[in-house]
Amino acid sequence: METILALFLSFAKVGLFCIGGGYASLPLIQEEVVAGHAWMTMGEFVDIFTISQMTPGPIGINAATFVGAKVAGVPGSVAATAGFVFPSVIIVLLLAFLYYRYGNVGPIRGVLNALRPAVVALIGNAGIGIVLLALWNREEPPVTLGETDLIGLFILVVSLLLIRLRFGTIRTLTLSGVLGLALYLAFGVTV
Amino acid sequence: MKPKTRRRPASGTGKVPFSYGKLFWSTFIISAFTVGGGFVIIPLLKAKYVDEYGWIDDTEALDLVAIAQSAPGVVAANAAVILGYRMGGFLGTAVALLATVLPPLITLTLVSYFYEAFKANPYARMILKGMQCGVSAVLIDVLFGLVQKQVRKKLALPLLIMAGSFVASVFFHVPIMEIIFIDAVLGLLLMRDPIYN
Repeated sequence: METILALFLSFAKVGLFCIGGGYASLPLIQEEVVAGHAWMTMGEFVDIFTISQMTPGPIGINAATFVGAKVAGVPGSVAATAGFVFPSVIIVLLLAFLYYRYGNVGPIRGVLNALRPAVVALIGNAGIGIVLLALWNREEPPVTLGETDLIGLFILVVSLLLIRLRFGTIRTLTLSGVLGLALYLAFGVTV
Repeated sequence: MKPKTRRRPASGTGKVPFSYGKLFWSTFIISAFTVGGGFVIIPLLKAKYVDEYGWIDDTEALDLVAIAQSAPGVVAANAAVILGYRMGGFLGTAVALLATVLPPLITLTLVSYFYEAFKANPYARMILKGMQCGVSAVLIDVLFGLVQKQVRKKLALPLLIMAGSFVASVFFHVPIMEIIFIDAVLGLLLMRDPIYN
C-alpha cells in the first residue's frame, strides 16, 4: 500500500512539473524513478523509453504504466497513471474556466515561454545519460574514448542518418534492434 | 468549481448526435492505435469531434487544444480532458480521459510482464542494446530540432535560460523541479511579452 501511494505521489509530481509534451517527462521520470526511488536501473529505464516510442499511446502514460506495473503489478500501473494525470486534470479544467470567463490566459504564457527553453536543456541532460549508457554502459562520466562500444556507435550513426532521411521512428528503432542482434552476434560480443 | 459554461450549447454543427458511448469508443480507438503521443493524437481527435461528428467547432477546438498544450502533464490526456468537458461536462471529461489512458494502461501492463522474461535472454539483450543506440539517435534528432527552434528566435533570454538550466542540471546537479520553478518565476516576471511566444 505504501508503494502504491508512493507511486501515485511520485507521478503526480512528474505530471505537475512536466510541461511541453512527451519528451519533457523523460528527465522528470528519470529523476524520480531511477535516481530518487531506485525503482529501476538506468538500463531498464532506457528500455522502457524505447518501448514507449514503439507502442501506441502517449509516451508519458506508457512510461508511468510500465514503471507502476514493474514495481507493484496492476495496482501499481493504475496508481502511477492516475497520479500522472491527476494534477493536469485540475489545472486544465481551471484553465478552461479562465478561458471561458476571461477569454485569455495571459500570465501563464510568460511561464511557458521560459519553460520551453528550460525543458530543452533538461531533455539534453537526460539525453547525455542515455548516450553514455548506450555507448559506454555507464550512467555518469568520466568515460574514455578507448572504451567506446564501436558497434553501438555504428548503430547510432546509421539510425541518425535514417531518421534524418525520414525513415520513421518505429522502423528505425526496429532496425536498430535487428542490427544489434546481428552485429553483436557476428562479432561475438556479449552485452 | 462549477462554471456557468457547463450548459453552454454545443458549438459544432451537430452532424451526429452526442453520446457518451460514441465519445468513449472513438477516443479509445484513436488512443489504442496511434503511436507517437499528443502531437499525433490531437489532430485525429479533432478530425473526429469537429469534422466527422460536428460536436464542437473548429476555432473553439483549436483554442482548447492550445490550452491543453500549455498545461502541464500529458498533452493527449489534457486535450481529452478539455474537449471532453466542452462536449459533455464533467462526465465528458471522465469518459474521454478514461478512453485515452485505458489503451496504453492495458498494453504497457502486458508489455511489462513480457519484458521481464525477454530481458533474461542473451539474444534479446543484444536487440535491446541495439535499440538503446537507436533511441539515442532519436533523442539527438529531437534535441537538435528543439535547440534549433530556440536559436532561430534570435532572442537572448530563451538562450540564457536554456544554457543556464543546462549548466545547473549537468554540472551542479540542481534538482529538476527547482530548475523548473526558478525558470517559471523568471518567465512570469520577464517573458510575458508576445515576442517570446
